[in-house]
Amino acid sequence: MNPRPPLPRHGLPRREAFRLAGLSAAGLALAACGVQGQKAAPPKADEVQDFWSKQTKHGKVVFANWPEYMPEDKGPLEKFAKDTGISYEYKEVIQENADFFGKADPVLRAGQPLGYDVVVMTNGIQLQHMIELGYCVPLDHSKLPNFAANAGQKYKERAYDPGNKYTVPYSSGVTGIAYNTKYVKDDITSIQSLFDPKYKGRVGMMADAQEIGNFGMFALGIDPEKSTEADWKKAGEKLKEQRDNGLVRKYYDQSYIDAVAKGDIWLSMAWSGDVFQRQLAGEPVAFVVPEEGGTIWTDNMLIPKGAANPLDALMLMDYLYQPAVAAELDEFIQFVTPVPAVQDLLREKAKTAKGEDKKALEQMADSPLMFPTEADYARLRGYTPLDNKQQQVFNPIFQSVTQA
Amino acid sequence: MRRLTPYLLALPGWMWLAIFLVVPMAAMASVSLQTGNAIDGYAMTFSVSNYTDALGRYSTQLVRSLLYGGMATVAMLAIGYPVAYWIAFKGGRRKSVYLFLLLLPFFVSFVLRTISWNFLLADNGILFGTLKGWGLLPADFHVLATTFAVVGGLTYNWLPFMILPIYVALERVDPRVVEAAQDLYATRAAAFRRVVLPLSLPGVFAGVLMTFVPATADPVNAAILGGTANTMIGNIIQTEYLTNLDYPTASALSFTLMAVLLVGIFVYARVLGTENVLEAAAR
Repeated sequence: MNPRPPLPRHGLPRREAFRLAGLSAAGLALAACGVQGQKAAPPKADEVQDFWSKQTKHGKVVFANWPEYMPEDKGPLEKFAKDTGISYEYKEVIQENADFFGKADPVLRAGQPLGYDVVVMTNGIQLQHMIELGYCVPLDHSKLPNFAANAGQKYKERAYDPGNKYTVPYSSGVTGIAYNTKYVKDDITSIQSLFDPKYKGRVGMMADAQEIGNFGMFALGIDPEKSTEADWKKAGEKLKEQRDNGLVRKYYDQSYIDAVAKGDIWLSMAWSGDVFQRQLAGEPVAFVVPEEGGTIWTDNMLIPKGAANPLDALMLMDYLYQPAVAAELDEFIQFVTPVPAVQDLLREKAKTAKGEDKKALEQMADSPLMFPTEADYARLRGYTPLDNKQQQVFNPIFQSVTQA
Repeated sequence: MRRLTPYLLALPGWMWLAIFLVVPMAAMASVSLQTGNAIDGYAMTFSVSNYTDALGRYSTQLVRSLLYGGMATVAMLAIGYPVAYWIAFKGGRRKSVYLFLLLLPFFVSFVLRTISWNFLLADNGILFGTLKGWGLLPADFHVLATTFAVVGGLTYNWLPFMILPIYVALERVDPRVVEAAQDLYATRAAAFRRVVLPLSLPGVFAGVLMTFVPATADPVNAAILGGTANTMIGNIIQTEYLTNLDYPTASALSFTLMAVLLVGIFVYARVLGTENVLEAAAR
């Protein structure tokens, strides 16, 4: 055995420190080549046709979705399997867009398959990155007849993916204001309530830059879809003032809904479906689309690059656009369906249903949170469309509000 | 062959460290000096300004993190030392039971434990709701979304990592040494101060090391329990990395944090006066 070297008495001996430094330098040289950019050129039409003409049905599909976004019995997917003979694997692996993209990016960047054939992502920065980086397979619309026939016009004209080249909507939701009816006695109609000193320390705002940015702009009467850098700065100032005056309790993620329901905060920016589910559970929460405006967002289905079963994936996406299937799905998830015919289907079902079921179905069919009226839609705006450069300006403006 | 055996046995460990610690660290060091964006890619420009920019923008959060980490560590020491002392000297035959009880909550996920604070400490929840009902607290009293909640959460989450090393150090103190001190006319306080405490310092050092570092870097407690002015550096790094895809800034901040923590710990080791404290802690 070698004799043990004496232990250092004053931290690392210099020799040792140098050796460590040398090692890291070697690693540095290894890693210094940088991270490759991948900005993808838009695909040519014949390339897309070429790709799809080579695809065959494989009899299986892997669907990656968010939690609580499919009935527990997987009804729509079971029907799909029966009708098409395609077996499915359903995975609730997406909790947050940024988080999911952060995990998917290195895999897709390396040209590896993600292991999913259909992925659901919200319109927003990460979806935009997916499209810009060429991570989405362009869709063949000749194989999407149900989408063509049944999708609402609004869901065919979306600024973030013109012509539905890469994505089709899964469901939509509205960002508005939720309030606890036990503590808030006024009728909340305006976004100014979120800035009312009366509710000091009882207001919840969202941490997401796009969400809070939109509300800052609504408060100033700015249309986020047409906003400029100067508008963002003004909105940032407005929101900073709201924070510095002590109105905001916290900038929330999904946890805002618990805080409103428990009364930690009295009113908050909120997502429609969350509130509706709480109402059905009997909790004292109400939801409004403020008169100045609310945000409409859409979760979208896409096929990630390298997916093993693209044709099966496309068939599944189209299948979900059959009104009966869409109705079954929406009855559970209670967000805004891209298939307008669902409203009548729910009404019809309510006619034959009894008791509690009947009441719930009627409530759903009449709910402006599930089927916004034209007047509601007129007040709704999308996220500010941002290119990569603009994001680097937009994000810090609002993150300096939420992450002080 | 025999001479080589220890080296061969240690080889997997070294390989593991080389692959999963040294390589990522080197990659991160490299990224922290690059410029670009996620879409067009990043290129090495040796831009030290990544560090100065990041520090300029986020020095508040960095200082706050060190402060919260420090406050939590002091709180853990104040709470943990007596507990470790009690288990080591008064625990008797049930020592292992007490240690097990101490660790029991840690069979539940870290995030869940933190979220349960949200439930316990809700403004009108089981604790404050009741106290408010009795008129003992003003109606707008709250703990969530305050500095106290964040530091409290940090303290709670790492407390066992403070207690265990101190316990191990105290466990080894021979009670006869204390008796000897008392035989030599030391008061109980003096015996503790001059005999037990110095003997337990390696444990204290290890405990502080194991708690101050993760508590300072933690993003979870600030996100779940904090308010509008409790953002810690861990949250910023997370946002820069996952939301903004600004890998250089995230890496530069990580390295800055690491450097500050390393310097802090070496200074601390000197101040504590135990020159061979690393050696002692490793024993």
